[in-house]
Formats: sequence, structure tokens, C-alpha cells
Amino acid sequence: MSLLIQDLKKSYVEPDGSELPILNIERFEIPSAEQVVLVGSSGGGKTTLLNVISGITSPDEGIVAIDNHNIANMSEVVRDRFRAEKIGYVFQTFNLLPAFDALENVLLGMSFSGKGNDRKRAAELLDRVGLSHRLNHRPGQLSVGEQQRVAVARALANQPSLLLADEPTANVDVANQDTILGLIRDACTENNVSLLLVTHSQDVASQFDRVETLSDFNKPQKQEGETE
Amino acid sequence: MNLLAIASKSIRQRSLASSLTALSVALGVTLMVTVLVIHGVVQEMFSQSSAGYDLIVGAKGSKLQLVLNTIYRVSQPIENLPYQYYEEVKEDKRVKLAIPMALGDTTEEGGFPIVGTLPHYFAQSYSYGKKFRIRGQVMQGKWHAVIGASVARQNNWDIGTKIKLVHGGMDDHVHDEEFEVVGVLAPTGTPNDKTVFAHLSGFYLMDGHDKPMGEALDRLKLFYPEEYGNMTVQQLEEKLKMEDEASHEGETEEEHAAHAGHAHAHSLPDELKEVTAILVVMKGDTIGQQTLRSAKFSAELSEGVKAQAVNPAYEISWLMQNIVGNVRTIMIVLTAMIIVVSGISIFVSIYNSMADRRKEIAIMRALGARRQTVFSIILAESIVLCTLGGLVGFVLGHGMVFIASPIVESQSGFILDPMKFEPIELVLLPSLIALASLVGFIPGMTAYRTDVAKTLGG
Repeated sequence: MSLLIQDLKKSYVEPDGSELPILNIERFEIPSAEQVVLVGSSGGGKTTLLNVISGITSPDEGIVAIDNHNIANMSEVVRDRFRAEKIGYVFQTFNLLPAFDALENVLLGMSFSGKGNDRKRAAELLDRVGLSHRLNHRPGQLSVGEQQRVAVARALANQPSLLLADEPTANVDVANQDTILGLIRDACTENNVSLLLVTHSQDVASQFDRVETLSDFNKPQKQEGETE
Repeated sequence: MNLLAIASKSIRQRSLASSLTALSVALGVTLMVTVLVIHGVVQEMFSQSSAGYDLIVGAKGSKLQLVLNTIYRVSQPIENLPYQYYEEVKEDKRVKLAIPMALGDTTEEGGFPIVGTLPHYFAQSYSYGKKFRIRGQVMQGKWHAVIGASVARQNNWDIGTKIKLVHGGMDDHVHDEEFEVVGVLAPTGTPNDKTVFAHLSGFYLMDGHDKPMGEALDRLKLFYPEEYGNMTVQQLEEKLKMEDEASHEGETEEEHAAHAGHAHAHSLPDELKEVTAILVVMKGDTIGQQTLRSAKFSAELSEGVKAQAVNPAYEISWLMQNIVGNVRTIMIVLTAMIIVVSGISIFVSIYNSMADRRKEIAIMRALGARRQTVFSIILAESIVLCTLGGLVGFVLGHGMVFIASPIVESQSGFILDPMKFEPIELVLLPSLIALASLVGFIPGMTAYRTDVAKTLGG
């Protein structure tokens, strides 16, 4: 099992001090190498779920196990290292570092995992996403589609077992959407990586065998005594 | 990519702001290095120039003034001593060497101080283990002179040049007599470089250098009351006339005729000669013995009301600690403040950039960077900026000394060695790193506390 979520609860404290439940998931799982699309309404907790899975945000309770390691129990330091080694993250807005060129952005992903700087692998990954001729270009010198391809290469740099993609095609023009999506899916297939991809796009969702709607398994409830 | 490489990238990303902040550190360090090197040279010059002598004997008055005037040729002479007093000191069995010094006149060209002295002045080390190097020879004849390196360079004088002296005192008249340069000193980095050394015998023969009979007698009465206490001016004149005639007994007509035409051919009687100071080296097998003897000798001389003997090292040590040392402290404090202000500008620069860089920090955290790692990156940035600025300042400081050294040497006689490092400079770099760590701490903590989910819009 690549991802197992069990009895997960996450809520935020609102400015008035009251709790706002966001996630309440009894069970959710992704077997190894499976590719899953997650759809849901805006503000429904999709990004929070990705942040909890990646360990960026801690859950209030429950189990978030990746490759049978419960990251909810890990200390922050261990969780950071685990995230670097086991989880790839593709953001909607790419989040490349502007001072670093394409190759360095990919290397940066490796730097925090303790695996060192494998320039050859970084160059191969960029070659795989069709950017072998753009290795030393900075994000500002790349098109939007190219930037997202760098982000994909960076997410795969540490050979993760789970790739999280948050609306990876939302900011990409239509012509590039299929290319990016194809790259992510092919790369995951080739590297035996599980994929959880969040999208609003029905076109994107329709390309996957497993499509999950967050509201179907996430039932956040206000605590008793609180008004709706 | 290691932390330094990541920090360097961020610095290059904001190259203008980074360069300016590093430059401000560089300028602070430049000033500090320059102050340190120049102070080191001044201190060395002060402490070593007087190192060759155990005591300076002079008229009663300010001890420091006696040292400054005799060794550094600044300030006015206090008063003069009778030449016989010099003879007396020289003959003391505890004294190894006594060198008479007569000061007050200056060169007509350039206004360099003239020291009337004897050739053995140059046999004594001018500093610890440093002997005079002379091109040409020391003064052998009474109208011979040796000049310092700066005098030679500035006045374009060399061996064979005839020089005239301006009489010290109120009238400032130019003496008719000329001295001939017979030797040029190699640079010493001491006041000797800016001095002209005239043979004492010639110095005394110059018009106005003989003490008026009345004044000479008054001084002799003060120093030797038993011998001169009841003597009148007429009696002294008689005594000197008789002594002069006695000194010419046995001379042939030719010998006498050879100097009869010169106004000052007859040597000046000792009673009418004066010395400004006497440099004294004590006898002794060990430094301890010499020190003990000089202390005792000094105490004996200073018991009377006429003269004093001072240890130049003590006086210079006092000067360095209480005046020059304080100036140095003030300069160092000022330059340290400049460096601290530069450090604050680094803080402001990095802190201001944090608002723009929160997202970068959050991205790194999302990629697996630990809180300590992003804190270290910001700290490394501060340290890199400070260290780079410090190194540039180091090079600039010594570069400035290198550029300024010929100018300073020609103006003041101080020899600045750009490659000379002061031990305190070794503290500079660690201090800069400490400062950088301090100013990088708050921005580093901002990075440490960055909320990844919020910053990335979760």
C-alpha cells in the first residue's frame, strides 16, 4: 500500500476561536503505482488533504501512512526528511525558485533528501520532460509549460513512492495540458510511483480509471453543541 | 547543492543590494585595517626609536618634552646643559657611552632639524638590533654633515651638497658657514630620516652658537658653584684667554697662520659651549644590570636642581598608553561602529528581502528542507556577505596603505609596510562572522518560522 489514511481529522481555529473542521476521513487508500484523481468543490479541503499527506501540515488525529510509515507520528525533522525522500509535489503555480536554473531547481529537490547532487540524473529527468536544451535557463526564461515540466522533473528527482499534484495543468495553456499530464502519468508509470492528482477539470479527470470525489469520503462535522 | 551554494544564489539574485551591503562592510574594514597598520607603524616608531639608549640627560623640566625633543625632534628644547656637564657624564665609570646632542637650528631648505653631534652617534643602534647604514661616510671634519633619507629625497641633496643652517631662536638668521654632506642614511622609519647631523665641532664654531660670556657664567655658577661661584665675567674672560694662549704654545708660524684668517678658527672654549641633551648607554653585562645602574644614575642626577635623566622607554610607554593609545582606541571604536552599522545594513537588507523570499523558503520546506536548514541558509547568506565584505576590506585596507605609503613617507618619514599585519587583524574575521551571525539571526528565525501551508496558499 502506497498511501493509507485512517480516522484522519483536521480542523482549523477560526479568528473567533471556534474550530472549523476541514477533514474527517474514515479511510482512504491508494495501492502502489495506482493513479488517482481527486475532485471536489473549492474550499472543500483538497489542498489541506495534500498538505497533510505530504507532512506540511500535521493532522489533529489519525493515521497517514506512506509505504507503511505513519508520518503523523513522526517528529518534524524526521517528517521533513521523509517528505524529501518519499513524496514528490507538483504545485499549481510550479513554485520554481527564480534564482536557480532548470537543472539547479531539480538538484535543489535532491539537496534536502540526503541523496546528494546527482547532476546526471537531474539532466536525464529534464531530458525526459523534453528540456535537455533548457538546462541552464532560469524560470523567467522558460515558458509556462516548460516551467511546469521542470516542476515535474523536480518532483521525481528523489524517486518518490507517492507523487502529489495540485491542479498541475490549471495554469498551463490547453496545448500543453495534455503534454504535462502525459508526462506526469508516464513518469509515474515508468518509476512505479503512486499518483494523487487534484483537479477541477473534467477533461483531466476523465482520463483516469479511478476518480474520487472528496466529499464522498470526507465528512467534516462541527462538534456537538455548535450551530451550523 | 550545499547551503553555501544556495545562499550564494540568493545573494546573486539580489546582486545590487548585496554588493552595496558588502561594500559598506568592506569600507568599515578598510578603515579599521588602515588605522591598525598606521597605528602599528607609529607605535613601532615611537617605541623603537628610543630603544638604543638607557637614559637621556637634559635640563630640568618636562621629561616627555626632553624625550620628544631629543629623539623625535618635535617640541622645543627645555634648556641647555654646560658642555662640561657632558664631559662629566661621559667620564662617569658606570657610563659606557655618552653622545652629546645640540638642537635648535634647521636647514634653510625644507626646514629639517639640525642635530649637532659626534660621529659615534651612528655607531649606536637606532632601534632594537638595527644599525645605521650610511652611503658615504660619517662626519670626520668639523664642517661635515650626514643627512637622513627623507632629507636627501625631498631636498634632492646628495654627497657633496653644501648646506646652510637657519639659526634657531627669535632672529631666524641664516648662518654664513656651510656644511658639506658626506654621508646619506638609508631609510630607518625613524625621525633620523628627517634630520641633518652636523659635526658638533663645526656646530659650535657657527656664529651665535657660543654662549654670551655673562649667561655662560651664570649657568656655570649654577652647575659648579665651587669653581665659578665667586668669578666675575672679567675673570672668566681672563681665564679663557690664558687657556687659549696655552693651547697655541708650540705651534709654528705656518700652523697658526693656517687658521688665523678664519673668524672661528680657534675652537670654542668648553665654558661657552652647551649641549641640549646627552644620550647615555650604561655599562653592564646584562640588561638587568644596565637597568639597575641607569635607575640609580638617573636618581643621582635628578637629585640636584640642574639636570634630569629620564628613561625614554618609560616616557614613550606613558605617551603611548595615555595619549596615542587613547587616540587609537577612539579610532578603533569609531571604525568598529562603522562596521556595526554595516552589519545593521546587512540585517535590514536581508530582513527586507524576507517578505519576498517567504515563498522561496516555503518551497524549500515543501521540498523537504528542515527548519534548521532554511535558518542556516539565511545565516550563511549574512556570513557570506560579511566575510566577502571583510576580505575585500582587508585587501582594500592594505592596498590603501600600499598606495599611501610613498606619500606618507615623504610627508612624515613614517615607513608604511603594506604587507605588515597587526595581530589584532586576526580577530577581525571571527568578529565579522560573529556580527553576521547576530544580524542574520532574526531574518533566519523568520525563515525558521515560515508557515509553509499558509505561504503556499494552502
